[in-house]
Amino acid sequence: MQPSPTRDLIVGLFVAVGLAAIGYLSIQVGGLSYKGPGGLRLYAVFNEIGGLKTRAPVSIAGVTVGQVVAIDLDKSMRARVTLDVDRKLVLPSDTSAGIRTSGLLGDQYIALEPGAEEAPLKSGDEIAMTESALSIERLIGRFVHDSGVEEKK
Amino acid sequence: MSEPSAANLGGRNQPKPSAVSAEFRILLEDVHLTLGGRAICRGLSCGFPRGKITVLMGGSGSGKSTLLRLVAGLIRPDRGRILVAGQDVTRLSERDLYKVRERIGMLFQHGALLDSMTIFDNVALPLREHTKLSERDIGAEVSRRLVAVGLPDTEALLPRQLSGGMLRRAALARAIVSDPEIVLCDEPFSGLDPINVRRIEKLLVGLNASLGITMVVTSHHIPSSLRMADQIAFLIDGEAVCGTPEALLSSADKRVREFLEAEHAADVENAGAVS
Amino acid sequence: MRLTAVETLGLRTVSLVAHLGRIAHFIGQIALDSVRPPFRFQRLVGEVFDVGVLSLAIICLSGATVGAVLGLQGYTTLSRFGATNSLGAVVGLSLVRELGPVLTALLVTGRAGSAMAAEIASMVTTEQLDGLRMMSIDPVDFIVKPKALAMLLVMPMLNALFICLGLFGGYVVGVELLGLDGGTYISSMENAITWSDDVAGTLLKSMIFGALVGFIATYRGYTAEPTSAGVSAATTGTVVVGSVTVLLFDYVITALWGV
Repeated sequence: MQPSPTRDLIVGLFVAVGLAAIGYLSIQVGGLSYKGPGGLRLYAVFNEIGGLKTRAPVSIAGVTVGQVVAIDLDKSMRARVTLDVDRKLVLPSDTSAGIRTSGLLGDQYIALEPGAEEAPLKSGDEIAMTESALSIERLIGRFVHDSGVEEKK
Repeated sequence: MSEPSAANLGGRNQPKPSAVSAEFRILLEDVHLTLGGRAICRGLSCGFPRGKITVLMGGSGSGKSTLLRLVAGLIRPDRGRILVAGQDVTRLSERDLYKVRERIGMLFQHGALLDSMTIFDNVALPLREHTKLSERDIGAEVSRRLVAVGLPDTEALLPRQLSGGMLRRAALARAIVSDPEIVLCDEPFSGLDPINVRRIEKLLVGLNASLGITMVVTSHHIPSSLRMADQIAFLIDGEAVCGTPEALLSSADKRVREFLEAEHAADVENAGAVS
Repeated sequence: MRLTAVETLGLRTVSLVAHLGRIAHFIGQIALDSVRPPFRFQRLVGEVFDVGVLSLAIICLSGATVGAVLGLQGYTTLSRFGATNSLGAVVGLSLVRELGPVLTALLVTGRAGSAMAAEIASMVTTEQLDGLRMMSIDPVDFIVKPKALAMLLVMPMLNALFICLGLFGGYVVGVELLGLDGGTYISSMENAITWSDDVAGTLLKSMIFGALVGFIATYRGYTAEPTSAGVSAATTGTVVVGSVTVLLFDYVITALWGV
């Protein structure tokens, strides 16, 4: 097509539609959202993290407030998870962290439960109370064991 | 379409004085080139004088177009030197070649205009790329050239909408729009009717007369060539025989005589067919 | 002078390496020209029109159709496991991870890639590229660069459109034809597809495919023989080499990236 304002307009529309499609796929379908680094860095040590992966969400009462940044092994062979959380949050120093599963078979995430202390957690602090991931095998094992104990009575 | 209308384009009626070349603007020295197994140039040497029109003649396949491309730097020879405006184009990098070509305009056999752009955009292209002229000034320059080649109303047309003769003239307008000092024309007369041949001949001669452009033209067309040439370079067997038109006509060389006779017979036939 | 087998092998190897060297030089030139002025924005717009806008029809039609087929096939297979609620996820993941980028690239290669090669090759034949050189304009900068760049930029957009239309096609089949719940389809799709694992990968793939097809089409056109047969060879060569290269790189990227 010869250079013309019409042609330029059509190309502009095409690019707009194309970018809109990319945006739709990224944001609506793919769940991309702009979250800058939260700023508040916390550590939590678990005996068992199950299927927890980096970039898993960290939430309080179901609301996402940050994400898992790194998972390493500490000196006592336990899993040390680094969390990056919104710096505007004021979390009591006795906040606990637990690994939960979304739905029955979904991805794992970290749920924080604020405690009651006055002193807040600062960047670099470690969360003292942690609850490891539940594993289905252990649950079933406990169930069988408990019901077995019941039977014996 | 109107005749070339600029006042400074005149015709040539007198026979040319013998070309005493003050200086060769283009000089080929001992050029050797083999293409596709065939030896096109075997130690070819000749010079094209500044400000004069040189016509390259020779049978088909004698290497006329190839020679033009060698001068333009589009092909490199196997051996030899080719000096254009003082620089040896066989040794230049692509970038330096571009600098030399700013002083050269080339008219290709089929125009070689960009077929997706209008005539105006085609002729304006060198100005838009290499000068900082405003669009208004560019418009004026383009119009002036198109009027000079007799195509004043073609600016908005596409190349495919022009006839062969018109296309060549538009391409000529493009070749001269940057005021080059050298113009190379590849078979500008081929496939044209006698009226258009005359038109283009007049244009080329006029440009040479008014602007002193050094011209190198390849052609089969003997009458035009003899009329317009200051010097003729006849290509046979990979070598060049240079001389004035008169010298060539009275040449004793058998090959030259054969060529002239054959072409003359063909021209007479054509003239008979037309009239 | 008859050559021994070893000498022939040597010659072939040298000429192959030289060929690769020329291709690398060509690509390098385009890359350099892309970041240096003149940027030729107007020409880029024109090429985006030729590659993108003119491919819309085939991309949209194919996307919707492929999505519809996925919907049908997916439903049939999933209903054996009583898992038809996951149709959205199946259609979505197939489109986003593989079918979108690969099919888009193959279709664009056939339509726009071959046209690009043919156009450049015929410019070689009609001496238009030499004409540019004589005007001190580099044909790679003027003609090739905008085309290759357009291909690179347009491919992800066409890919996204293909996927969106595919998702829609699957929706129409699943919901309207086969009676699935629309909300289930959409939420299954949205939950299964993530930016970091899937969408980012598809965009990366389509950009790489765009660059590859852009280089191949322009190179084949640029180095074509200046004859009609040469133009034809450039066109068919682009489609063949381009398609195979896309499929090969798809494997490589999938294996490396884990997409």
